[in-house]
Amino acid sequence: MWKTIAVLLYIVFGPLLGGLLAGLDRKLTARLQGRKGPPLLQPFYDVMKLFSKEVVVVNYVQDFLVGGFLIFIVFTGGLFFSGGDLLLVFFALTLAGIFFMMSACSANSPYSSMGAQRELMQMMTYEPMVLLVGIGFYMSAGSFSVSEIIKSSISNILYLPGIFVGFIFILVIKLRKSPFDLSTSHHAHQEMVKGLTTEISGNILGFVELSHWYENVFLLGVVGLFIINTSWWSILAAVAVSILAYCIVIFVDMVFPRVKWQLMLKMTWLVTLIAGVLNLVILNVFL
Amino acid sequence: MKSVSKSPWLLHYDGSSCNGCDIEVLACLTPIYDAERFGVINTGNPKHADIFLITGGINNQNEPVVRQIYSQMPNPKVVVAVGICACDGGIFKECYNINGGVDTVLPVDIYVPGCAARPEAIIDGIVKAVALLQNKRDAMKKEAQK
Repeated sequence: MWKTIAVLLYIVFGPLLGGLLAGLDRKLTARLQGRKGPPLLQPFYDVMKLFSKEVVVVNYVQDFLVGGFLIFIVFTGGLFFSGGDLLLVFFALTLAGIFFMMSACSANSPYSSMGAQRELMQMMTYEPMVLLVGIGFYMSAGSFSVSEIIKSSISNILYLPGIFVGFIFILVIKLRKSPFDLSTSHHAHQEMVKGLTTEISGNILGFVELSHWYENVFLLGVVGLFIINTSWWSILAAVAVSILAYCIVIFVDMVFPRVKWQLMLKMTWLVTLIAGVLNLVILNVFL
Repeated sequence: MKSVSKSPWLLHYDGSSCNGCDIEVLACLTPIYDAERFGVINTGNPKHADIFLITGGINNQNEPVVRQIYSQMPNPKVVVAVGICACDGGIFKECYNINGGVDTVLPVDIYVPGCAARPEAIIDGIVKAVALLQNKRDAMKKEAQK
């Protein structure tokens, strides 16, 4: 019963929360640049506008694939917040990412294709760390199930500090933030127009934004999972740490310029190896 | 439904401008003027844009480009000509290689004169374009209901 309620709550409040987070992002970004910035509800105005624009269909396959992206992101988040299997959650996340990448592939445009290639590269970069997160939780909490992990008596971050750092690192890629915003960017004028979303417009772009909001809420949920334990205050701590992680990623976005994919791959895999794998090895020896 | 007027996304195209107006357009996004507080985003992608902002006059080379960009933008859309060259050709009007202002190719909605156009004038033009965008949106909605 509570699982259905959790899924429904996620479906209803996911985009609201995600939109507010996106608004916070733009406000914070503006303030860091010494600007006043748009209103907090700006992302909602943007998406509402996108749904009222003329519908220009590049091809129907693209629209179908974007639909798949939205559905599987909602599935990922729903499964996570209803206490499902963490491995299945991460596989669903990957499938959703593949749908989105394929949607950009399907358009006959060089910019969109380049974006898709880079997206594939990004997925290859962050995927090992995502899997290590799942394995790390299994080793520290003894289960892949989110509903079991939250019953840990001490926060899992105490066992998994390295994995936590690694996850924050790939969060920069997942939230499409500089220095790793190679495939598409929130900021104007990159070298290949808008990359992945170049050929997506109107209501379909609105659905992409909506999916990103769902995705961001889910990702911050994973950050929170590191903190949460049986005591009531850990929920507050988890929310605080998630928002802090989001702000850190925005700060990183402001400070660093975009890098080439080679450097992204090297840096991320190095962090995965040092922080992630080392953490697992130490855990294996002492547990 | 006021969403269109709260989220105008710009596409800035430099026709044959001397870059004077282009720099002033970018100045609108800097901390002093901060056009983003009205929800303005400089997208650089015609498929995402609502307002087509053109600087510089039209010649035979950029005419097909301007036409194509305009045709790629989904409705409702507004064209803003920024600077005197985009308005009617400016000091290059009589030149053999200039066809004239943007209105020789596209239906221009808002003219922002000046050489170079001041950021205040450009923002004023954008605000007027936003109001027009809302009108066009309402007209589109009425058309759809018929």
